[in-house]
Amino acid sequence: MKRQLILEDGTVFNGEAFGSLEESIGEVVFNTGMTGYQEILTDPSYCGQIVTMTYPLIGNYGVNRDDFETINPSIFGFVVKEVAQSPSNFRSDENLDAYLQANNIPGIAGIDTRKLTKLLRKHGTMRGIITEAGAEDQEAAQKLAQSKLLTNQVEMVSTIKPYVSPGRGYRIVLVDFGMKHGILRELTKRNCHVTVVPYNYSAENILRLKPDGIMLTNGPGDPKNVPEAIDMIKQVIPHVPTFGICLGHQLLALACGADTEKLIFGHRGSNHPVYDFETKRAYLTSQNHGYAVREASLAATDLELTQVALNDKTVEGVKHRNYPAFSVQYHPESSPGPDDTNYLFDRFIENIASYQALCKEEV
Amino acid sequence: MPKRHDIEKILVIGSGPIVIGQAAEFDYSGTQACQSLKEEGYKVILANSNPATIMTDHTVADTVYMEPLTVEFLSKIIRKEQPDAVLPTLGGQTGLNLAVALDESGILAEYDVELLGTKLDAIQQAEDREKFRTLMNDINEPVPESQIVHSVQEAVAFAEEIGYPLIVRPAYTLGGTGGGMCYNEAELCEITKSGLALSPVDQCLIERNIAGFKEIEYEVMRDRNDQAIVVCNMENIDPVGIHTGDSIVVAPSQTLSDREYQMLRSASLKIIRALEIEGGCNVQLALDPDSFQYYIIEVNPRVSRSSALASKATGYPIAKIAAKISIGMTLDEIINPITGTTFALYEPALDYVVTKFPRFPFDKFVLGNRKLGTQMKATGEVMAVGRNFEESFLKGIRSLDISGEDFYLPKLSEQSLEVLKDRLVDADDERIYVLAEVLRKGMSVEEIFQMTKIDRFFLNKLKKMIDFEAKLADIPQNLDLLKEAKILGLSDPHIARIWNVDVDDIYHLRKSENMLPVYKMVDTCAAEFESATPYFYSAYEEENESIVSERKKILVIGSGPIRIGQGIEFDYATVHSVLALKEAGYEAIIMNSNPETVSTDFSVSDKLYFEPLTLEDVMHVVELEQPEGVIVQFGGQTAINLAEGLERRGVQILGTPLSAIDTAEDRDKFEQLLEELAIPQPKGKSVRQLEQAKEVAASIGYPVLVRPSYVIGGSQMEIVYSEAELESYLAKTNHIKHKHPVLIDKYLTGIEVEVDAISDGDTTIIPGVMEHIERAGVHSGDSIAVYPTQRLSEEVKDKCVDITIKIAEKLGVKGLINLQFVVHENEVYVLEVNPRASRTIPFLSKITGVTMANIATRCIIGESLANMDYTTGLLPEPATVSVKVPVFSFAKLRSVDTMLGPEMKSTGEAIGRDRTLEKALYKGLTASGLTIPTEGAILITIADKDKEEAAELAKRFNELGFHIYATEGTAQTIRELSIPVTEVGKVGAEDKNVISIIEKGEVQVVINTLTSGKKPRSDGFRIRREAVEHGVPCLTSLDTAEAIVNVIDSTTFNAKPAVEGKAVVR
Ligand SMILES: Nc1ncnc2c1ncn2[C@@H]1O[C@H](COP(=O)(O)OP(=O)(O)O)[C@@H](O)[C@H]1O
Ligand SMILES: Nc1ncnc2c1ncn2[C@@H]1O[C@H](COP(=O)(O)OP(=O)(O)O)[C@@H](O)[C@H]1O
Ligand SMILES: [Mg+2]
Ligand SMILES: [Mg+2]
Repeated sequence: MKRQLILEDGTVFNGEAFGSLEESIGEVVFNTGMTGYQEILTDPSYCGQIVTMTYPLIGNYGVNRDDFETINPSIFGFVVKEVAQSPSNFRSDENLDAYLQANNIPGIAGIDTRKLTKLLRKHGTMRGIITEAGAEDQEAAQKLAQSKLLTNQVEMVSTIKPYVSPGRGYRIVLVDFGMKHGILRELTKRNCHVTVVPYNYSAENILRLKPDGIMLTNGPGDPKNVPEAIDMIKQVIPHVPTFGICLGHQLLALACGADTEKLIFGHRGSNHPVYDFETKRAYLTSQNHGYAVREASLAATDLELTQVALNDKTVEGVKHRNYPAFSVQYHPESSPGPDDTNYLFDRFIENIASYQALCKEEV
Repeated sequence: MPKRHDIEKILVIGSGPIVIGQAAEFDYSGTQACQSLKEEGYKVILANSNPATIMTDHTVADTVYMEPLTVEFLSKIIRKEQPDAVLPTLGGQTGLNLAVALDESGILAEYDVELLGTKLDAIQQAEDREKFRTLMNDINEPVPESQIVHSVQEAVAFAEEIGYPLIVRPAYTLGGTGGGMCYNEAELCEITKSGLALSPVDQCLIERNIAGFKEIEYEVMRDRNDQAIVVCNMENIDPVGIHTGDSIVVAPSQTLSDREYQMLRSASLKIIRALEIEGGCNVQLALDPDSFQYYIIEVNPRVSRSSALASKATGYPIAKIAAKISIGMTLDEIINPITGTTFALYEPALDYVVTKFPRFPFDKFVLGNRKLGTQMKATGEVMAVGRNFEESFLKGIRSLDISGEDFYLPKLSEQSLEVLKDRLVDADDERIYVLAEVLRKGMSVEEIFQMTKIDRFFLNKLKKMIDFEAKLADIPQNLDLLKEAKILGLSDPHIARIWNVDVDDIYHLRKSENMLPVYKMVDTCAAEFESATPYFYSAYEEENESIVSERKKILVIGSGPIRIGQGIEFDYATVHSVLALKEAGYEAIIMNSNPETVSTDFSVSDKLYFEPLTLEDVMHVVELEQPEGVIVQFGGQTAINLAEGLERRGVQILGTPLSAIDTAEDRDKFEQLLEELAIPQPKGKSVRQLEQAKEVAASIGYPVLVRPSYVIGGSQMEIVYSEAELESYLAKTNHIKHKHPVLIDKYLTGIEVEVDAISDGDTTIIPGVMEHIERAGVHSGDSIAVYPTQRLSEEVKDKCVDITIKIAEKLGVKGLINLQFVVHENEVYVLEVNPRASRTIPFLSKITGVTMANIATRCIIGESLANMDYTTGLLPEPATVSVKVPVFSFAKLRSVDTMLGPEMKSTGEAIGRDRTLEKALYKGLTASGLTIPTEGAILITIADKDKEEAAELAKRFNELGFHIYATEGTAQTIRELSIPVTEVGKVGAEDKNVISIIEKGEVQVVINTLTSGKKPRSDGFRIRREAVEHGVPCLTSLDTAEAIVNVIDSTTFNAKPAVEGKAVVR
């Protein structure tokens, strides 16, 4: 069945439908990962976005029960060059089409995804609509024009009630702005006792849980849309070792008085080189963000720049000068992507240990 | 970290002559490396004995030594040049093995020369199977259960422990030489034996057979700051069990989930870190299709065939970057040359599918063992790029130049499903067509999977193509289907077959419907960053990214995959043509399909179209670019064959006109031409029936030379000495049966002469006349060429020159022309005229200093030789003698007859230059890998017709103190000259026989000539193969033998009595 993708600037791409047949409006972005579509589809940070994969063959190894990053995907649409009809992998349970249908995610295949990617690179991300072909372009275009980018994605994807993933190690409070399972997995791998709390959980309630450490997760959208979290962070970081990832990193920066900005088309992929001033080495990282911390804005804060993107020099990591808090813009939990920076979770655990040792001395 | 300043002069070791497993890819990486080192201001000394390479151009390095790649000669170079460091990791296995040998010889320590790139123990840890296994255990990376053996007994003992099947892998050999799979003790013993013989350290690994696993490769890089990246991963369609070099390979991997991809990525990075390699490295892994279980197959601590492929597949120039790393720079500071804005510390993202196909030599070695296994047999490869798998795959198929432009071998449709199924189980070079055929015959994907273990993903893709053929057949002329067909990559001829209409109809239909491809850029980053690389591939999609410039442009057609008869020489010529066009201010556009070569390095031309070399694909580029014309004379036969079609479609062929090409290739027109010019040619006739053949042969008189008229490249050409042989030839080749005409020529013995000339239409210059050591009858490509000539009289030479000039001018040649003559009883006969670049262009260009391809190109675009200060005639000849010695890959090609004849068999060449012919020959032969014995024994066993001649040779060997073995007849003739000779039994005879003395290593040289028309399993054949398996030189031409005697003579002393005969008493 024919479908079309129409962009803000009026460009129309005609293709074939797959997944759900619903109409969908969202921010169109591209991801350059050649593998990992299942993790990408289920990464809550994509809430509100229509994701284009630049690699042309998607779905080759099917969808399996293991590689989800969340239970209910919140991505708004999926754009590929070719969707695999007969996937092949020993873990494959169903094909991509079936999965998207079951989860109500519209997809469009058979379009010139490279042309689309170049458009987004030049003009920056644009709003787009996936709709049935032949539908009155005007009409669709109008809908698109009237539509606005969401501002409440975090609320949409964060957990409503707190819950616990028990362990015998450090007690970590994980603030869920749209957590990828990968983050939880890395903490439990390190025997942590993790209490997952909603994005708007108050500082007071968090401190009542007497956490050894606080994990600020990734999540969708503009960090400035979650002021309550910024408040909360201000209050907790003086007292508890904190580690921020992606949106969590941006929120930490805002809480410390830095500023964030929207990137023209963002960083989305598994091959983003980042230079770490502390280890004096560059690593390949998995990234997914449209916003970034303004480097200039760090000057006026107690934050120290620890990592930058090798290519466009955007801020990729910061560390607090006085408090045991640090954060990175990328995804050390990978899934998908390289695990080169997995050591950051150990660093988090070490921070907790050394902070507690310090407190003991002071007592 | 900045580059090192403590070193200035670097010696780069090349990979030497081209053999199976080590081909043009090392010219590409070597050239890149030298340039990249010069860029950084180092003084580069290059050693490489292969004259056919761009690498050995004087412009590539500061000083070039075309000397044998042996410890002896490299030591000389080191003493002379006193370099600070050696870079061995770009010269393939040859380079690495030499580095090890040089170190052991102590010369490196003596002149404290540092090894760059990979440290010695890393080389050993990676290459020495035992050390490697230990290392893997230390860093707990899994390797298949295995045992190192130094003897056959050990191997058998281990087999009893773990059972069959097993595989044998010799240490320090390239392309899996001597390795193989064994299902029983007999096979194990045989393979282990030859494996031990071929391993320079007499060591083999006997390993559990994990055939059927997915074979995955990772190309990784690391710098001295321990930063490491993956440039590309590749998945073999043919699972483990078929050498990667012989497998169809796709990039990136298609059936790996991110978890599998990252698991293998991490393992590969762990390994390159453990080996502390500074540069590039290739890791081969085997992955269980049904679990996360994987094994490390091997690691190549150097750039490799795969890294060349990865470079072309991603655009990321591995060799260039590796060179920069070797002198201390780090990935995070080296700019990614493609984007110019990002850094080399980056993992390319592809937004297309790349497919690589091996090109096998079995169109030549029809009788060879064509089964695929763990030992590489391909001579070359093609790469294809597409936006979907089918497109990429079918482009690859038509780039092979085997099955026309179609995914279909007619002869297979005649074979029964049973036969085809067997061919699925033990794969041979035609396996991919067999797959297509069994699908056509309705076999299920599941059944095929069970037999081949080829991943269902790929099988389903193949099925899709075959099913589509049926769908297409249903509605001829349907435009939607046509469009779908083009998106799926079907060629016009493919569609034409299915609709059974004329190809041109499809072409015109598409044009009228404006159904044409667009071109996409290869940019390493899936369009994430702006980049301006002029590197394109076609796809049937919306946006065209290849912006046509205003400049005047010319399209140069490359030569496609490397195969016997069409080697790297043609890439050399192509590259020089492109450079000449750039100098002349043209936009030089190149089209080629070979990932190994320099010509497909996007930095060579102004624009590179990585596309199949078919009429259809060339037309698409021509229609977009609208060049002033197309140059076809440098791309060998592949390019020449396009001329006719291009002209038919109104494209301007630049240089020598099509008519000339036609006259030279059309038997009758050619005869006419020679008659007009009164130039003698061997008597001959083309026949269609057996009787006629007999008559003609009789009237011409035996021996005659027979060949089918429609094949080029000396294919299936034989010299027959009697009617009986003629019959057996015709029976064997059954051209007559298939109504193909057969050419019968008088076989003239005599010196063969080869001439290359350049003409602009008015002036014709001859940079050189070469004479062959072997008499006519041995293919020009397989005989030792000598320049300047040593045996030709001035008169004869002048004749050759005259004829060349006459023919060149009569044909209206603009550019290059190559002629072959035989000098028979002082008369000069023309054997062949090739109005195009020839195999000898690089050789001649280098030794004469006349840059022939460059000058020819200037003629083609209208410059006159007169303006370049040339006048018609032979250019002055230097005193130095140069020889071009052919190199064969017989060790890799089981049961291929090594007998030299009119069919070309060599895969590469080496050069030797010195003051005298003997010295030059010594170097050339040594460079070709032959060890010239100075003492020991020789075995002579030859045909009656040669016995007299051979006896004379025996005499000389005897004088030089060699012991002589011979078979009965030969021994007799030798005895008659009262020369001591030990008679040995024929094949199969008791105790001492021809085979046993070879096996026991009792002879250093074997001289054997062909008795009668090739009976494939004749005794002679057994003897020749036995010699190959045991690395004993086997000379099948008495001329080569004589040349070697002369060399030995000039390098040793012989014992002669003070006075001949009786002492005189006063
Ligand atoms: N244990 C094994 N069982 C089956 N096949 C194997 C095994 N090890 C290697 N092979 C096959 O043999 C080929 C050549 O082996 P490799 O070690 O790569 O030698 P080379 O040095 O020639 O590349 C591999 O590409 C693989 O397909
Ligand atoms: N009439 C002949 N007499 C003797 N040798 C011949 C004759 N014709 C061809 N040959 C030998 O066969 C070889 C190949 O023949 P040629 O016509 O050059 O085919 P190709 O197209 O392969 O070069 C020549 O190099 C020469 O050695
Ligand atoms: Mg290998
Ligand atoms: Mg010839």
